[in-house]
Amino acid sequence: MTNLQLDISDVSASYGARTVFHRISLTLRHGEVLVVSGANGSGKSTLLRVLCGLQKPADGTVRYCWNGTSHAPRDASHLIGWVSPDLSLYRELTGDENLRFFAAVRGLSLGADGIDGLMAQVGLGGRGSDRVSAYSSGMAHRLRYAYALLHHPPVLLLDEPTVTLDERGAGVVESIIEAQRQKGIAVVATNDPRELRYGDYVLTLGAG
Amino acid sequence: MRHLFKASLAVFFKDLRSELRTRYALNALLLFAASTAVAVSLGVGGFLGIQRDNEALLIQSALLWIALLFAALNGLARSFIHEEETRTTLGLRLAAPALAVYLGKFLFNLVLLVALDGVTSLLFIVFVHIEVGNVGLFVALMAAGNLCLATATTILAAIIARASFKGTLFAVLAFPLLVPPLIVAIQGTAPALAGAPWSTGYDALRALLAYAVATFVASLMLFRFVWDS
Repeated sequence: MTNLQLDISDVSASYGARTVFHRISLTLRHGEVLVVSGANGSGKSTLLRVLCGLQKPADGTVRYCWNGTSHAPRDASHLIGWVSPDLSLYRELTGDENLRFFAAVRGLSLGADGIDGLMAQVGLGGRGSDRVSAYSSGMAHRLRYAYALLHHPPVLLLDEPTVTLDERGAGVVESIIEAQRQKGIAVVATNDPRELRYGDYVLTLGAG
Repeated sequence: MRHLFKASLAVFFKDLRSELRTRYALNALLLFAASTAVAVSLGVGGFLGIQRDNEALLIQSALLWIALLFAALNGLARSFIHEEETRTTLGLRLAAPALAVYLGKFLFNLVLLVALDGVTSLLFIVFVHIEVGNVGLFVALMAAGNLCLATATTILAAIIARASFKGTLFAVLAFPLLVPPLIVAIQGTAPALAGAPWSTGYDALRALLAYAVATFVASLMLFRFVWDS
């Protein structure tokens, strides 16, 4: 079994003079799922951006300990899969082309079977040759999951995980989160009360 | 190193495929080049093209490089701006090594410039009636000038992509960076048009290549900070 731990230590974030959240500290270990909840503007998405290294915290540190090695988020992109409404894929490319491109830049050799399998896993089987511009918003969100799962990341960060998804899509997300418990850890940011059940722990951020 | 090479090529081919499907930069570049060549032809083509004295050759060279410069300014920043506008930057930042993004986009800009050079030179030969006396030296100077334009505009595009006033900022930053190699390229190309021997162009070639290498190395060192900021 792999040894994985996420350490968040006194992390704060702010936009200009406005503090979004202040001095969050917690530790997550392999097999655990954290749900981050809170009202709009409470900093859920910001926290996930900090965790995946897309945003620097105003204060504090985030470290991923993976098999005895400690990584800062910016150097841990091989460990992290991120799904968010903020994530856009290339609309002029097909779903398959998007996945092949991201596999190539990650240094993965993913054959046609691998791509097809991933597309089928997220419920896009048979639609890989369509351009993303022809996808519905729900299909585009499913493709974000394929992007995030491409490199089998031990850390999965899900922002608004079921937004725009139908019931079957929500079921796919639930199965992905359950499977993630075997592979590592997951952090889910949501303001949907039905999704609190995914978590072993719930972190509630205050508004403003 | 091998992964970096493959990732850079992946970025390049992704940009090329996107460009061929959307014509996001290509149409702007070609339209600008065509309209400049036609305007110059209608304005001064009738008498400028037939003159072969040093002043006329210098003006022909200057007009050619100015057309290339403004077409490049108009189109080459778009590879980064398009990523920013379509919000694909975040996914790319998480998945791709920063250096691969720079190298892939640099290569894409260079290929766009080579295509633009070919079209613009052809249009100037047809419409402005310029004659190229030393084709080898002319091509070498165009290639060296392209390297300068591509290295400088790629890093500038990355810097301004997230700014509010992209066009203004790009022009302001590009001016001091691109004017020195442009002057060298103009002065070096005039003898090539006249058919002067290779030895007359060595100084210009050396200066352009030195500028391109210096800008390229500085860009490699700077890009990660620009990309991660």
